[in-house]
Amino acid sequence: MTTTKYDPRVLKAPHPVPGAPDNWKRFFTFNTDAKVIGIQYMGLSLFFLLVGGLLAMVMRGELITPPSDLVDPTVYNGLYTMHGTVMLFLFLFPILNGFNNLLIPTMIGAPDMAFPKVNAAAFWLVPVFAVVLLSSFFVPGGPASAGWWSYPPVSIQNPLGHFLNGEFLWILAVALSGISSIMGAINFVTTIIRMRAPGMGFFRMPVFVWTAWAAQTLQLVGLPALTGGAIMLLFDLSFGTSFFRPEGGGDPVLYQHFFWFYSHPAVYVMVLPVFGIFSELITVYSRKPLFGYKFVAIASFIITFLGLIVWVHHMFYSGTPQWMRNIFIVTTMLIAVPTGVKVFAWLGTLWGGKIRLTTPMLFVLGGVVNFILGGITGIMLGTAPVDIHVGNTYFVVAHFHYVIFNTIGFGIFAGIYHWFPKFTGRMYYEGLGKIHFVLTFIGATLNWLPMHWAGLYGMPRRVASYDPEFAIWNVIASIGAFMLGVASIPFILNIVSSWARGAKASANPWNAIGLEWLLPSPPPAENFEDDVPTVISEPYGYGLGKPLVKDEEYYIRRSMEA
Amino acid sequence: MTSTTPKGKSGWPIRLIAVILLATASDALLSYQVSQWAYGWLPVPASTAAPYVDDLFSLEVGIGAFIFFGCTGFILWSVLFNRAEKYDESDGLPIEGNNTLEVTWTVIPFIIVMILAYQAIHVSETLSALGPKVKYDVEGGLSPDTAVVTGVRADIGPIDVIARQWSWEFIYPNGVHSSELHLPLDQRANFRMSSEDVIHGFFVPAFRLKQDIVPGSVISYSITPTREGRYRLRDSQFSGAYFSQNQTDVVVESEDVFNAWLKQSAANPLVPGLSPGTALYNERLAKGNKGWATVPPAPPPMVNDPGNPDAPHDA
Repeated sequence: MTTTKYDPRVLKAPHPVPGAPDNWKRFFTFNTDAKVIGIQYMGLSLFFLLVGGLLAMVMRGELITPPSDLVDPTVYNGLYTMHGTVMLFLFLFPILNGFNNLLIPTMIGAPDMAFPKVNAAAFWLVPVFAVVLLSSFFVPGGPASAGWWSYPPVSIQNPLGHFLNGEFLWILAVALSGISSIMGAINFVTTIIRMRAPGMGFFRMPVFVWTAWAAQTLQLVGLPALTGGAIMLLFDLSFGTSFFRPEGGGDPVLYQHFFWFYSHPAVYVMVLPVFGIFSELITVYSRKPLFGYKFVAIASFIITFLGLIVWVHHMFYSGTPQWMRNIFIVTTMLIAVPTGVKVFAWLGTLWGGKIRLTTPMLFVLGGVVNFILGGITGIMLGTAPVDIHVGNTYFVVAHFHYVIFNTIGFGIFAGIYHWFPKFTGRMYYEGLGKIHFVLTFIGATLNWLPMHWAGLYGMPRRVASYDPEFAIWNVIASIGAFMLGVASIPFILNIVSSWARGAKASANPWNAIGLEWLLPSPPPAENFEDDVPTVISEPYGYGLGKPLVKDEEYYIRRSMEA
Repeated sequence: MTSTTPKGKSGWPIRLIAVILLATASDALLSYQVSQWAYGWLPVPASTAAPYVDDLFSLEVGIGAFIFFGCTGFILWSVLFNRAEKYDESDGLPIEGNNTLEVTWTVIPFIIVMILAYQAIHVSETLSALGPKVKYDVEGGLSPDTAVVTGVRADIGPIDVIARQWSWEFIYPNGVHSSELHLPLDQRANFRMSSEDVIHGFFVPAFRLKQDIVPGSVISYSITPTREGRYRLRDSQFSGAYFSQNQTDVVVESEDVFNAWLKQSAANPLVPGLSPGTALYNERLAKGNKGWATVPPAPPPMVNDPGNPDAPHDA
């Protein structure tokens, strides 16, 4: 076990920023408190979840019948491009950064992030690139419509010839998003490495911190490839260069390598923290230590490493030679092993537990079940012969959404409900939470399960119209999508009304183990301030009767009296 | 790693072993049945490649179903029988780990995925032998004829497959141009694929075949159809505004019928071929060009056989 050799208080920053209001208005300021920034990220990203969801519902409205009869096909292409971009860059990445801001400092006993001003600047880039991205709806020619992956030559076709066009703004927004993410990644990694509480060696860190660390390392390695590819794409689009333009001798497939080198690992950037959330919550609501804690922690970094060497499986039918297919079949298959380790560890934790089916636990169990299915179809997509048949069909849409929404989305909802009392100081309404879960689970299943069969039967993805034999699957999928829209109502009601009028939360309403639960609800500006506890045991000591920190009774009493 | 082993009764837990064996056997039987159903989830197999892909898919579905039912069954069992009683705030059994178990559940999935990888590589190489594919980069101005070595073992071809925004054109060695792809049964056909604008995807679900056609390159690709019928050829790579309309049919027929079609088509005059994007674009212009910017469709190819887009297809 390693111990920290520095004083975490050295890196603290003054909070709140002098002059910042101490009420709801602070969420609209350049506040450098990580908890404020965390809530800023979460509020903004939940807003964009609604925006992206509305775009999706228009698309599912179009697809409820075979012909293209609701919107023009060009409008459809713009809608699904913006749906993908909004959901990834304005919902998923920001909300996970919200969790990172709320949880990393509190879980490791740090007063704040290592670079608070960089942290605030990274957040404020999000609304900036949101404006850049959404303003593309108003430029001549409309928003980008080449999909969120933006393959050339489609993405560098510029029918109107205007310099300021939707694709230009899309690339600019993606580049700004990349800058924001790199600023965040440097901050999170530095904070985890340098600012842990005394006694908190790496193998005393909660798994969420491990997964966030692994994910942010992935950002640092992978993002420069995407950013480089985006800059070259911008040059091809706006200045007539030929990095990817075939008529000038460029290679469009080269862009695919740049893009997928980052964008496949990006899925792990999103799913790893959710694995962390699952691990945290399963222990609390099973009242058991995390089975195989060290295996689970190390598996996060194995996923990070393997995640960087699987990207070509997105290009099995792009002219990839056989020898290269073989290599990437093997690396893609291998990634199932560390992810499987995590799933089995969760099952081992459930075994003989005292399970409580609260709303967060329901979302966790639903997310795990969905992830198992999404993982299995992921293995199928890693095998070239099957991938060649189902690639670029609705089978991939189904697989992708089983991971992105049915796993990551469920994990996010679970995390929001679980830590809601801690960071708002109020309890949520359990009944509304359960209604939200039931509607979400049914809606998500109806939405994406039938797409597997549509894809297997040959329905291409990204289409605005389709042959009538695919109609039944699409009708069911659209009903599911609309149900997901309805499911957001109890969620919004719950969050808003609970925060305004919910019962006051105690410091540790779930009787959970972790440094964040030794803080009052909500925690003060600098968490433990000058009185950082010394960690003396591994996390998840349920049933072991060992205190987590030295003088634990004192910290418990202090948190309750605050 | 700390391990805490609960003190249990001595001897074999017979009841537990029986339950596990019964559950595993039930899971295996159910998964086998699902793997057989999986064949029905795919379109009719109509090429020499299809049975290999179908068998691999069925194997993956079988293994996947075993894992899925096993894991979800375990979760369901835990939720049903390991629930805390109301007001029970006590902890569960504090089992932190078990090295043997953790190594086992790392090694077994490793073996399973390596078996799958081996099988996938084996099938992939078989498909490459059945329908070899070679990609050639074509320098500006260089004719595909001089750049591409076509499949020497092909019974028919090379058939030029030209993809455009948004139409397909097929040119036979005797000069026949068609909007539909006609192929003789059980004969190995060689294609010389090229794109005139963006990346398109040549996708015939019944053949289990998909190949991106990248502008600036020519792909030599071979396939042997094995079932007579009419099958959909879809553009699988997003190619712009009317991408979803970019479909045509592949007609697989007996050698005699194919030869007759080839002969008849050669005598037909050239007419505008299938290009559904053009019709939609013209409708859009008639409505005042409403919608967001788009590339105008390429002119419909001039073909001897414009095809019949309304004919029912098998898959």
